[in-house]
Amino acid sequence: MSAATMDAISVDSLVKRFGSFVAVDGISFEVPAGSVFGLLGANGAGKSTAIRMLCGLLEPSSGSARIAGIDVTRDPEGVKRSIGYMSQRFSLYEDLTIAENLRFFAGLYGLSPSRARTEAERVLALTGLAGREDSLAGELPGGFRQRLALGCALLHAPRVLFLDEPTAGVDPLARRRFWDIIYAVAESGSTVLVTTHYLDEAEYCATVTLMHAGRIVAEGSPAGLKAEHFPSAMVEVVCEDPAAALALLAADKRVEEASLFGSKLHAALAPGFGDEAGAGEELVREALGAGGIAATSVERIPPSLEDVFIRVISGSAEADL
Amino acid sequence: MKGRVGALVRKEYRHILRDPGTLGALLVIPLFLLAMFGWAISLDVNEVPLLVRDLDHSAESRALAAAFFASGRFTRVDDRGGDTGASLDSGRAAATLELPRGLARALGRGETAELQVLVDGSDATRAATVIGYIEGIVLRFGAEKLALKAAGSGRELPGALDSHPRVLFNQELKSVNNLVPGLVAIIIIISGVISTALAVVREKELGSMEQLIVSPLESWELIVGKTLPYATIGLVSAATVLTAGSLLFGVAVKGSLVELALMTTLFVFACLALGILISTIAPTQQVAFLASAMLTLLPTFLLSGFVFPIRNMPVVIQALTWLFPTKYYIEILQALMVKGVGIVSYWHQALGLLVYALAAASIAALRFARSRGR
Repeated sequence: MSAATMDAISVDSLVKRFGSFVAVDGISFEVPAGSVFGLLGANGAGKSTAIRMLCGLLEPSSGSARIAGIDVTRDPEGVKRSIGYMSQRFSLYEDLTIAENLRFFAGLYGLSPSRARTEAERVLALTGLAGREDSLAGELPGGFRQRLALGCALLHAPRVLFLDEPTAGVDPLARRRFWDIIYAVAESGSTVLVTTHYLDEAEYCATVTLMHAGRIVAEGSPAGLKAEHFPSAMVEVVCEDPAAALALLAADKRVEEASLFGSKLHAALAPGFGDEAGAGEELVREALGAGGIAATSVERIPPSLEDVFIRVISGSAEADL
Repeated sequence: MKGRVGALVRKEYRHILRDPGTLGALLVIPLFLLAMFGWAISLDVNEVPLLVRDLDHSAESRALAAAFFASGRFTRVDDRGGDTGASLDSGRAAATLELPRGLARALGRGETAELQVLVDGSDATRAATVIGYIEGIVLRFGAEKLALKAAGSGRELPGALDSHPRVLFNQELKSVNNLVPGLVAIIIIISGVISTALAVVREKELGSMEQLIVSPLESWELIVGKTLPYATIGLVSAATVLTAGSLLFGVAVKGSLVELALMTTLFVFACLALGILISTIAPTQQVAFLASAMLTLLPTFLLSGFVFPIRNMPVVIQALTWLFPTKYYIEILQALMVKGVGIVSYWHQALGLLVYALAAASIAALRFARSRGR
């Protein structure tokens, strides 16, 4: 296999047990070089444990993984040289300036002083931190600190970048900006694996993998996953009594699944119902009207990854029973 | 310094320089302690304020009072009349001496004259010393009277005992001579154990330890990079205190400087190992501080013979003092600095320190490797 077509990350039946608890239960996936791969799941689904095994922070109980062609169990030190890692805590030294943080991480990866300088300039430009080199990291707003942490992980031009919940606790605008940088990193040829529990963010990934209870329950592109799990129409309802409406729609055979989203209600219609334009809305309005509930608005919506997530997880929960 | 260790050492120095608290604790506090122990807190009892009430107004009573102030131990406190005990209450005097009416007459007749002595006992050690001084002066005065009288009457006295104690090693009996070794040990403990443990645990708390572990940095590089700065600061600080002690208080090192440097390096090594060991156990900086203070500073103050002599402790407590490395080091320092003797006389302490250092380092290395998950 040539370097260009080789998978940047290749995971085969990876397992991590803590005593009798199985945190990661035989996951397998491949990530092609230069792509952005999302590892999704709720807290405790096993995402962080998986990412920590891939970075060499944790030893797998069984299974194997190769990062940029290097086996994580056989050569963890080799893996460490080719990856960048940023944890959700953006672990910077707050009493050091941006330039000092960058210089330290450059030294940690053994960059020569001249290369450290050019890489720091590249990273400062990429993250939009140029001109702020002498600010203390602790005095930066959250979004800036997050970008600095990313910058520190990018100094040695890693072939694979691991981001563990990189956007936790950062405002939406800063998150958007952060994702622009991630795209730029992927475009330059690095592979990015990112874990998140913000499902809207997962839409930015080329491929997403959904983890639940240590297992991978769904995998594909966001659009592909939506098409696969929601072949039929999805309708959003705003009404007076969402709880009663939920009960009503859940009992209706033409509705495959109904769930609450805040004060709104999402109803996924069963295959074959409401496929034509306007038919789905009409069907739901009529079903609610029959139960004496007047809807303020009924609208056909594209399913979100969150809808997919809920459907997949409730499906896998039923399969477990 | 080059490479990854160099990057870590430079970073650590930046942390230290940027935090006035750390720098102060490592360099200023030791000097402050030295000044405090050297000038303010003297464990020597001198210039005891003494109130003498002479009711006899005789040549004899004046001679006795003069003997007290001539000893150099006492300073005169004015008698303002009233109850002599009141001057103890107010703290004007630490002791009072009342010479009764008829003292000279009683002595002339060969009778026993009773002196009333009151001593402030709120500081028991000081009171005991003061009583010792008073009894000594009174006995000497009596003995001289006796000798005079015998000489006057031409009679022979039985041979009298006279002792002139000569103090070896610490000729001036200055407690600062014993405090400097203790202080040097404390400085090395603060930078070697406490600062090191805090610096490593801070990385854990911050989450940056994970960042270090995913980097190509190896375990030994991490340990050397984290401990070297504190070892250096501890040694510089210890040297400063030794120099200051010598210049300000004349506490010079009588023994070999090479042996002093060797033994100090060994003690620093033991402290760093202990610091790393604590950092592998303590989850937070608070716990690390408490644990290291309890395990090192407290025993140093209480159980190493620094402040309280080990010989005066119950046997069980004496046995306990062997568990802490400071005891060995302080004994070595005292041997080297105050007595000026060589390794022949303290080799068992040196051996104890070596065993302690190696044991702590091995356990620390094992635990450290395990805490890295591999």
